[in-house]
Amino acid sequence: MSQPRTLFEKLWSRHVVADLGDGFALLYVDRHLLNDLAARGFITLEQRNLGVRRADLTFGTPDHTVATLDRADPKREDNNPYVVNFRSGARAHGIKLFDLGDAEHGIIHVIASELALALPGSTIACGDSHTCTLGAFGALAWGIGQSELVHVLATQTSVQRKPRTMRVRIDGELAPHVTPKDLILALIGHLGVAGASGYALEFAGTTIERMSMEGRLTVCNMAVELGAKFGLIAPDATTIEYLRGRAYAPAIHSYEATRDWLSLASDEGATYDAERTFDASLVQPQITWGTSPEHVIAVGGNVPAERDENAPVLAYAGLDGGAAIAGTQIDMVFIGSCTNSRISDLRSAADVARGRHVASGVTAWVVPGSQAIKDEAEREGLDRVFTDAGFRWGSPGCSMCAGAGDQMTEIAAPQTRIVSTTNRNFVGRQGPGSRTHLASPAMAAAAAVTGRICDVRELVANG
Amino acid sequence: MAEPFLAFRGAAAPLLRANIDTDTISPGSRPANSTTKSSFGERGSTTLAADLFANWRYDAEGNEDPNFVLNRAEFRNAKILLAGRNFGCGSSRESAVWMLKEWGLRCIVAPSFGEIFYGSCFKNGILPVQLDEATVERLAAEAEAGEPAALFEVDLEHDTIRTPSGERVHIELPKLRRDALLRGLDDIEQTLARDAEIARFEASASAAYPWLYAPESTR
Repeated sequence: MSQPRTLFEKLWSRHVVADLGDGFALLYVDRHLLNDLAARGFITLEQRNLGVRRADLTFGTPDHTVATLDRADPKREDNNPYVVNFRSGARAHGIKLFDLGDAEHGIIHVIASELALALPGSTIACGDSHTCTLGAFGALAWGIGQSELVHVLATQTSVQRKPRTMRVRIDGELAPHVTPKDLILALIGHLGVAGASGYALEFAGTTIERMSMEGRLTVCNMAVELGAKFGLIAPDATTIEYLRGRAYAPAIHSYEATRDWLSLASDEGATYDAERTFDASLVQPQITWGTSPEHVIAVGGNVPAERDENAPVLAYAGLDGGAAIAGTQIDMVFIGSCTNSRISDLRSAADVARGRHVASGVTAWVVPGSQAIKDEAEREGLDRVFTDAGFRWGSPGCSMCAGAGDQMTEIAAPQTRIVSTTNRNFVGRQGPGSRTHLASPAMAAAAAVTGRICDVRELVANG
Repeated sequence: MAEPFLAFRGAAAPLLRANIDTDTISPGSRPANSTTKSSFGERGSTTLAADLFANWRYDAEGNEDPNFVLNRAEFRNAKILLAGRNFGCGSSRESAVWMLKEWGLRCIVAPSFGEIFYGSCFKNGILPVQLDEATVERLAAEAEAGEPAALFEVDLEHDTIRTPSGERVHIELPKLRRDALLRGLDDIEQTLARDAEIARFEASASAAYPWLYAPESTR
């Protein structure tokens, strides 16, 4: 019997093309996913007279810079240089594009899961740090910069240094109205934004085992907010059930594939370089107060007291040290992004919005993560729930998450206070001077209808 | 393609705040008065560096904040940035590296780095040096004290940073990265030279996991 191995170890060793020494390896990339910011990569490719090695393993969709609210010309965006250059580059190299207006269009990480482009046991690279989302399938998925993107286009490989391994065991049941988003935010608060820096981070434990695929995607999405380039969850029956019948799921080899996927989980007795535990049953609905995802507290809690080191953060956030966070007036709500734009997220927000109305003075957006999610939500009548309640109903894209939507114009004005279901509350993230509070879709909807940061459980209990 | 990384001397700007993210280094959306629209993917623009740390360098009216380190006369020509832990965390945007480079920075010293940012530095001939927190703080204290600009020397070939007072601090880089920087090796050319190995891998992987390597929609 060979030595017990971790999920990460199995994924890594399967993909080593060459050992480069000193902990580095040349890894094969099974799926290369592109977004519209890759347009520049095609230009570099051309300048260097390089081709795409495996266009058949490369897929793209425009998501970052597209308009999500007032998409006058939904199929084209012909005046958007990012989209136009991306489109022509992809076409020139024979890369499959899920374009605006296509039934499969959406945020790259969202459609990669919906279409089963991401499969257990695969390696996935994409020019976006939230590629770690797809580790939820038991894939080695990581974000790359523009130069590495060109390297992957040209060679279908990536030079990577083997990280150490960390497992965080999460046990206990999430309380009602406490979601995977609250769980991962609380974990980030506990471990810090560099808590898993240098590690491949495997999420395990009964809470994860019982979690839906969509919940797992939300958890892995924010692995990078713990400093981990790779987030991982072992494939199990939930994973296989989710993948069944999806567009790019294996059809003819499905039995072999399934058997292989179930063999990927970490072996009994496998050791990690670091282990952490976390009790999910204690997690309360979370809300961030500052300019880093680790600046997070339970909604019933108080902003930390002012000290020298957090004074600039409090000043930027416009909050008083030591004050209760609940009751803080807000200006805007954004529900969307690769973190929380899936159908379960929209249902959970709609449950709160139904029969209520967005508070006066508050602007609220709902931007589904993909066209398929938008279509499904409309079949269920969720769009009407939102629009009747005064929310704006958008079209798929990254939108306000990174301040890049509609060529960097879908942003908030300075000092706008936003409750957002996204993953980052950095300075200027949603527009210069914008103040972002990260939260779950239900918490965001509750903020929209009350006009302030509030505990969704109190709103629901009080009708 | 790339140029060999040669020893150089320059001022070191201290910016020790922890967890400086790449949105802060290279804001995606810009202040209204900005001369550029966005740094996302816009390599080669002559105005990229104008928006480096834009949300910190300028006030709401677009005036420079004289207290921000890169606005101080002694650090305007800094070639080294002394940073806090987890520098460059967050977004994979390589424009963060391009902007630091365009500003004139060639070496960033920090206790730790965001991993994607760290990798992107090497691709652009920027040297990211990891040193323990106490050492970074000591270097920062020396940089702050120097009047006028105290010059540090970065010598990768001899694995040292020499401070203005003459202290030699040993630096350690992964050998693969160090060699590539010193010799100005291009990583794509190096990998293309391994074409046969890649082809062998493709043959064996598609035999072992056939469902992975011929993706086709069943719809």
